[in-house]
Amino acid sequence: MPADPLMPILDRKLVFVTGKGGTGKTTVASALALLAASRGKKVLICEIDAKGELAGYYEAPPTGFKEKEVQPGLFAMTMDTEASLREYLRLQLRIPIVGRIGPVAKAFDFLAAAAPGVREILTVGKLCFEVRDGDWDMVVVDAPATGHIVGQLAAPQAVNGLVKVGLIRNQTDWMLEILSDPAITGLLAVCTPEEMPVIETIELAVRIREETTVQLAGVIVNRVLPELFGRQEEAVFEALTAPGPLAELDGLVDGDAGPVLEAARLAVTMRRTRSTHLEHLREGIDPTVPMLYLPFLFARSHGLRTTRQVAESLGEELGY
Amino acid sequence: MAARTPKAKVAEADVPAPTMDSLLATKEIVVACGPGGVGKTTTAAASALMAAVNHGSKVLVLTVDPAKRLANALGLDGIGNTEHRVPDSAFRAAGVKPRGELWAAMLDTKESWDSLISHHAPDDQTRDEILANPLYQNISGRFIQSHDYIAMERLYEIHSAAEYDLIVVDTPPTRNALDFLDAPERLADFFSSRLLRWLIVPYRSKLINVATKPFYQISDRILGTEFMSDISEFFILFQTMYDGFVERSKAVGRLLSDRRTTFVVVSTLEETPLREAEFFAEELTARKLHLGAIVLNKVLPDYLQGRAGAKVAEAMKDRAEDMAAVLAPVVGAGDPTLGDPAQIARVLTEVADSYLNFQVVAVREMEERATLAVTPDVLATVPFFDTDIYDLSGLLRLGEQIWS
Repeated sequence: MPADPLMPILDRKLVFVTGKGGTGKTTVASALALLAASRGKKVLICEIDAKGELAGYYEAPPTGFKEKEVQPGLFAMTMDTEASLREYLRLQLRIPIVGRIGPVAKAFDFLAAAAPGVREILTVGKLCFEVRDGDWDMVVVDAPATGHIVGQLAAPQAVNGLVKVGLIRNQTDWMLEILSDPAITGLLAVCTPEEMPVIETIELAVRIREETTVQLAGVIVNRVLPELFGRQEEAVFEALTAPGPLAELDGLVDGDAGPVLEAARLAVTMRRTRSTHLEHLREGIDPTVPMLYLPFLFARSHGLRTTRQVAESLGEELGY
Repeated sequence: MAARTPKAKVAEADVPAPTMDSLLATKEIVVACGPGGVGKTTTAAASALMAAVNHGSKVLVLTVDPAKRLANALGLDGIGNTEHRVPDSAFRAAGVKPRGELWAAMLDTKESWDSLISHHAPDDQTRDEILANPLYQNISGRFIQSHDYIAMERLYEIHSAAEYDLIVVDTPPTRNALDFLDAPERLADFFSSRLLRWLIVPYRSKLINVATKPFYQISDRILGTEFMSDISEFFILFQTMYDGFVERSKAVGRLLSDRRTTFVVVSTLEETPLREAEFFAEELTARKLHLGAIVLNKVLPDYLQGRAGAKVAEAMKDRAEDMAAVLAPVVGAGDPTLGDPAQIARVLTEVADSYLNFQVVAVREMEERATLAVTPDVLATVPFFDTDIYDLSGLLRLGEQIWS
């Protein structure tokens, strides 16, 4: 029974995009931000794992902690927890830190390494801060992979459990307000129709529900292979590959049609294997969570052109 | 026996060129590493299986997070941290009689940390206090780098017990593929850092000097005194294990650079994973670690390459209707319902389009492979399997591809 429809993805102010490594998490995050910007929103996209790849999806030079406009209306930044701490100390606690003063830098290293959740809270804190005080219609986060996202999103509760008083404690309350509101915040899980990504996505959905206050706003099934044949066409295809018709076809194309037919068979089998995984995914995810499908891209490479293609497919799936 | 070892190619100087076969026969530890989602776990399992089948060795595959069906195939379902022998029945079902033994174990981070604490704790009371400490529970469960360290630590422990001829370990998915290499050293650094020593002096009673004052002021304001004293207490307990930990993490580091250890970098030919794998391979070499092999997984078949196939596909597409008219009586000879020319034309067009689409990807993969900047001893290519690998026969098929 369909419950109230979830808040549409593009209407949320803070969207985390996660996914198992290799599923196209960054591609989807960059496409989502591009789509939102192309629809007139002022968008900030933030890369958490500082691999510096995000800028390449927009053909832009590498980004830093200070956001830069990479496309009209679309700004990109790379998370840097130390810079975030400094900003936090300066703006929230009014402790100005000039330069890298020895003990403070070391203190940071220590805190980040030893006190669990500090690095995470500084990351989530910066994002919530941008949502609350920044001039953005939407903040898109190229979040950590499925293995790490729960720790990230649960950081405010974890810190609340450990730190009973102090300024951090006061801060986590308003962060939780932003994260817990499904009209503001949502998580998108990117998945491919393969065994491990499907299992991880289903597990993620459970953990997100049980361990965090963030709502799963949608699952994006990426790299869906096209369906080549209907049932009758597949019978025709099988008949074509029999020795007689194949010999006839070889003559007609003046060459060896075998590999071309073989490739089609591979495509059909691949799609079939994937569709069983897709069924598992549908069974394992709450039916109220929207599922969006993005086609496999037979593209040459990554870059703005690919990002734009994915943004268009995403727009179509969202009904724009 | 279903799996046979091809004869090693003999190079000009009469020195056999290394193969995956010789690598697995001569090393004691194989670390499978690389970006996420490329088939690291399956590659590690297939390599271990081949060594058990062909070399008569006692082999352990230590895996981090296997797919459920793969875990089932290895008999790992629900057994966690303990080592477990893959039963003969599983081999019989796959139609092979192994010369050696295959053992498997899964890494349970929490359990491994607990056993490490038990090992290093000076007495039962300290052990219990640490295990019950909320900070410890957070660190062992959630602290991201703890996975990296504990995987290597566990490897060291198993290797020291000298129960296996070969241990194949699959590395945890990390944010950065290098994290697990640095983990032992980072842990040692961490325990010997001056900051830690400041903290170990019971909180509040310490002499606050000019250098440490800002640290305490800021920490206090951010985290609150109570939490700071919790941290302090935790590290006082940990201090009792300091020497053991530092010594141990150094030993783990030495084991990784030992001649008996080799690294196998796994990747696909997609651009992003491949660049990451390449960076990793370069880094291994720079650290004087042994780069044994690069395994390229999920490579599309060769028949997708070449002008000839493309020409055939283009012809099929351009003249689909003419061809369908000629083919209709032949295709429909057995079953007239299959002889509809319009339908045959549609099938021909779909088939041709699909070939041309996949060729774009296959050609790109080939180019990526040609630009691979590192040269390992062994470069293995594994074709795309049209079904998932979830049993020993599947692992054997994969293993034979890696082997040859």
